[in-house]
Amino acid sequence: MTLGLINANPVVHAKKERVARTEDLHGDDAVDPLEIYDFVRDIRDPEHPYSLEQLSVLSEESITVDDKLGRILITFTPTIQHCSMATVIGLCLRVKLKHYFPPHYKVDIKVSPGSHANEESVNKQLNDKERVAAALENPNLRQLVDECLYSNEL
Amino acid sequence: MAVPSELAQHIESYVDTSRSPTQQATSLDAVISLVKNHLITIETLVREMEIYLTTTDNVIRARGTLLIAELLMNLVSKPLDNVTMHSLIGFFTDRLADWRALRGALVGCLALLRRKSNNGTVTASDAKAVAESYLRNIQVQSLGQHDRKLCYELLECLIERYPNEVASLGENLIYGICEAVDGEKDPYCLLRAFHIIEALVQLFPDPSGPLASYCGDISENLGLYFPIHFTHPNGEEADVKRDDLSRALMLAFASTPLFEPFTVPLFLEKLSSPLPLAKVDSLKYLSYCAPNYGADRMAKHAGAIWISLKNAISTSMLESAKSFTSQSLNGLGFEENEITTEAFMLLKTVLMQNSDLLSSLIMDDEDISTTFNNMTSYGSYSDIPLQGKQRLHVVGRILYITTKTNIACCNRFFESFFPRLMDILEISKRNSSGGCFLDENYSLANKFHFGAVYLCVELLSAYRDLIMESRVTATDSIHAKEACCCMLQRFSLSLINAFCSTLRTGCNKVSDDVDIYFRVKGLQILATFPEDLLPISGSIFENILRTFMSIILVDFNHILLWKLALRALVHIGTFIDTCSRSEKASSFMAIVVEKILSLVPFDESTLPFSLKLEAIFEIGTSRQSHMLKIIRGLEESVFASLSDVYVHGNLRSVDMAIQLLECFSNKIFPWIHGTGDLEEVLLRFAINVWNHVKSWTASDVQVQEKGLLDATMMATKLAVGSCSEESQNIIIQKAYSVLSSNTSLIVKESTTTSIPVHPEGLQLTRQTDKFSHKDECILLLFASIIIAARPKTHIPNVREILHLFIASFLKGYVSSAQALGSMINKLGLKSNGTEISSDCALEEAIYIIFNTKPWNSYNNSVSGQCEATSNGIEIGLSDLCVGYVNNRLLQVNAIVGLAWIGKGLLLRGHEKVKDVTMILLQCLLSDGSTGASKLKQSLLEKTCEQDLHPSVMKSAADAFHILMSDSDDCLNQKFHAIIRPLYKQRFFSTVMPILLSLVVKSDSSFSRYMLYRASALVILDAPLIVVVSEAKKITPILLEGLSVLSEDIVDKEKLYALLLVLSGILTDKNGQEAIMENAHIIINRLTDLISYPHKMLVRETAIQCLVPMSKLPYTMIYPMRTQVLQAISKALDDPRRAVRQEAVRCRQAWASIASRSPHF
Repeated sequence: MTLGLINANPVVHAKKERVARTEDLHGDDAVDPLEIYDFVRDIRDPEHPYSLEQLSVLSEESITVDDKLGRILITFTPTIQHCSMATVIGLCLRVKLKHYFPPHYKVDIKVSPGSHANEESVNKQLNDKERVAAALENPNLRQLVDECLYSNEL
Repeated sequence: MAVPSELAQHIESYVDTSRSPTQQATSLDAVISLVKNHLITIETLVREMEIYLTTTDNVIRARGTLLIAELLMNLVSKPLDNVTMHSLIGFFTDRLADWRALRGALVGCLALLRRKSNNGTVTASDAKAVAESYLRNIQVQSLGQHDRKLCYELLECLIERYPNEVASLGENLIYGICEAVDGEKDPYCLLRAFHIIEALVQLFPDPSGPLASYCGDISENLGLYFPIHFTHPNGEEADVKRDDLSRALMLAFASTPLFEPFTVPLFLEKLSSPLPLAKVDSLKYLSYCAPNYGADRMAKHAGAIWISLKNAISTSMLESAKSFTSQSLNGLGFEENEITTEAFMLLKTVLMQNSDLLSSLIMDDEDISTTFNNMTSYGSYSDIPLQGKQRLHVVGRILYITTKTNIACCNRFFESFFPRLMDILEISKRNSSGGCFLDENYSLANKFHFGAVYLCVELLSAYRDLIMESRVTATDSIHAKEACCCMLQRFSLSLINAFCSTLRTGCNKVSDDVDIYFRVKGLQILATFPEDLLPISGSIFENILRTFMSIILVDFNHILLWKLALRALVHIGTFIDTCSRSEKASSFMAIVVEKILSLVPFDESTLPFSLKLEAIFEIGTSRQSHMLKIIRGLEESVFASLSDVYVHGNLRSVDMAIQLLECFSNKIFPWIHGTGDLEEVLLRFAINVWNHVKSWTASDVQVQEKGLLDATMMATKLAVGSCSEESQNIIIQKAYSVLSSNTSLIVKESTTTSIPVHPEGLQLTRQTDKFSHKDECILLLFASIIIAARPKTHIPNVREILHLFIASFLKGYVSSAQALGSMINKLGLKSNGTEISSDCALEEAIYIIFNTKPWNSYNNSVSGQCEATSNGIEIGLSDLCVGYVNNRLLQVNAIVGLAWIGKGLLLRGHEKVKDVTMILLQCLLSDGSTGASKLKQSLLEKTCEQDLHPSVMKSAADAFHILMSDSDDCLNQKFHAIIRPLYKQRFFSTVMPILLSLVVKSDSSFSRYMLYRASALVILDAPLIVVVSEAKKITPILLEGLSVLSEDIVDKEKLYALLLVLSGILTDKNGQEAIMENAHIIINRLTDLISYPHKMLVRETAIQCLVPMSKLPYTMIYPMRTQVLQAISKALDDPRRAVRQEAVRCRQAWASIASRSPHF
């Protein structure tokens, strides 16, 4: 690992206002990108005390859902090209969504095209079940992920 | 003197610093009482204390001085002669130089200076000596906080009490005060300091006096504190608030015009700071100071103020820019904050002060003229870029405020801006031709630039508001000869035409909402201008009305436009009311009211009926005469369509009649109730119903329209309910005459109160069981009148009516039962001597209901024993309920009726309700023999052994819901029920123990099941606080109730209500024990409810209830963790988002009890 921060000076964006949904008492609500975004926007960055939303790693537009087929695709943008934290961020997203959606949803997590030097290998790593499982067995990584998910710093 | 030793002791104790503060205080009190009771004089005391006052020990000297000072503080009302006063004040004045014993000297001076005149006061020369000594000796800023406070109080006291003496000190004083105040930081001391400066300025009113040279210093000192900013946390210094301090500073700043050269630039500088607080304060201070500094002085700053103001307004608007939403409907939808409000206040103030100067500044302003120049480049609102919209809004608001300031400004701004706007709108040219007729081909749509329309409307509304305000306050009335008036008169005609034609062409084109909003508003303002200032001819006014009406009738698909037009019409209607001009009023009546009324009976027009009714009602609210006209028209339509249905059997009118009746029930009657003085309308409606009933019953047509009859009943009920007793008497007489003339109902009942029933095998079939349709109609309408009657209303022939209702509710008419309940609830007691003898008192009515045997049993098949008791066996109501007659339907009807009667009794708190409850409970126990009498056994040996039918038991359980719940149909406040407070609590606490013990005793599973149901129904309507206090006993039965109610989809609302009770217990401190005891069952029940398919709120609440469960002791809930998590994971897939989100929260709570993250 490199010493010091990988991206010492990230650009911080303003938090967007949460949209209060109008209550529709009849009919069913399909899962939509905003709902997923609301779950993941507050995940803390592994390096900085800012949320992924503030660092513009995620946006509502970067999430697509197919409710019928039960598929979710999240594309995120690491703050710099060589960010070694990209995999950690991806892992956080995966763990959080695993808690928040029933198992029949298939979650794909990718870095947005051209935003990372090792795009392919990161994508592969993030969507490989066994590697994800193995990563979560690693106590250090597990701790890091938990800190990001349950952090109170924000 | 008498008690020197005691005195010495007290003095010693006070002076000794090693004693505790309480001891010192007691000795001080002792000394005070000695002096008060004339046991010693002050002179003796002082002489006695000589050593303490002159010693070289600083501490003792300070304490000694303080003792005398405190003593004087407490003896304010004790008269002192001049010599004493003089020597005392002289002493303290000297002591001011002794900084080690200063506290005592300060307190002493204050005590003496504050004395009232009748008890001896300090002379002027002595006061001056104090002031001199003060200025010479005291370095205020080197003292502690409390001493500083005393210093300031002393100064304030001197300035207030001895202004002339103090003023004679001149510059010395001013300098001293400046020095004393400099650098003060304590809020309380500051507050005093600001007051001192304010008072000081009053001392030297002369502008060329000694103060003049110090003004710069003083305002510089003060300026350091501006704007007041507290760094203290909120909890501290609660006695001085920021606002108090800020206000004191403002008063100090405004105290003299001499400060102006220093303060105004300071304010203007702070106004440009990015801090919102600084901006708001600067604006506030400027508004306050401007009138005090005077017009001449402020004139120098006018230009700078205008520029700063403009910037402040535009930047504050920029920050809060939001898009226009059709809901907001007020202006351009830019939010205004405190800065803007204050800025407009200031603008108004300075404009009032320097009208000419400011208005020329505004008129020559470049930004404003740019806005005007840019106007033509955009047509509709949506074409304008965001920045342009904001600029436009700023200009509009500024114009509005400035124009509204006073009539002079109004004239000036009108003259300078209005013609330009008219030019842009290309309206001025048309005026010269003098064409006052509608020019249809004036296609404005593309020339009607939004900006110009917007500004024009702002100008007009400012002008109109100005006029209205001046009329209300009756100050400087505005004449028609004013310049703005003339100008408006010149343009009004073509302007109105222009608005009308755009609104007309706007129908076809899809215009932007904002455009439409301002066009409608403009037209509305023009139409509601006071007649004397802007005379609009009848034809033009009619044209306006027609334009709006055509929108109402045709453009109903454009909801915003439709609503706006309706609102404008209502406004115009209301306005006619205030300045009554018969011509306009009559044309409004003809064009709007009558036109829209004429549309009601015909369904041909495309306007949907519901919108039609909405429009009619809204227009009616504009004025009472309109409403009366409308009610009359609607009434005609109602009865016409009702007759259409009932007389001619035309079922197409059913829908319309129902909608009309609902309009009466939901809108018109509440409106009448609100105005309070239109009772004759209600009376007429009710009487009309009965007039028509005759004709309905006379026709042969049989119409079975339950919905229509219900709507008619509701409308009748509401009409009668809002009437006074006299009117109700009239209505009831009328109704009764119709009822009694109908032979089939009442005569039959009164002659033979019994109907033959054959208990065995005889099942009354539905056909013979019911009344004919006509009878039903009369009966139910009569019942609804009885339900709505007031307690004092006279009901004729009560006994007969009671019999009628008893007979009819047994046939299944719930309204009869409700009417019976209402009668029982409202009947007077026997002791009431004013009752007429023919009237029936409560006791008798109860006797009639429970003891009349309406059902004679002629039973030939039973053994001859029975025949010994004359010709049959009579069966009362209670016997019917428990099932003498083997007729299920009859039994259910009897129970429902009994429940409503019971409710009437329960509400008034009558004893008899216990009997009712017992009968109902008896029905719940399936073992019929428990309550059976011998008679019954002898009568029907076969049937009595039989268990009661499930449906009968269910209705008995549901009867408890009738008893406890609030009903919309009857027995409520609206229908004048007598309601004893806390009746629910009382019923709950009497019935619950019985139910609980019955549950324990019950050995049949089905009757236990029904008992659970009954208990659940009682619990869910009881006040939560009572339930929680009984939580320990209630919770198990409540949980059973949850599972009982979750079985049937019909009970979903009740289930939800019960679940809310559980969640109330869960969140209450008193419920914890009950929760712990039943944790396992609660969790089981809640996890079952997570998958309840029929109501989203039930699922959501169940999950919410699970969250606090996770906080219970670990060992108790850990075994259930897997079960809960599995149930919640299913909820993650719930079709409703709210449930999913709750599930996520709940899952986190439960997952975290074992580890930080959920593993499976």
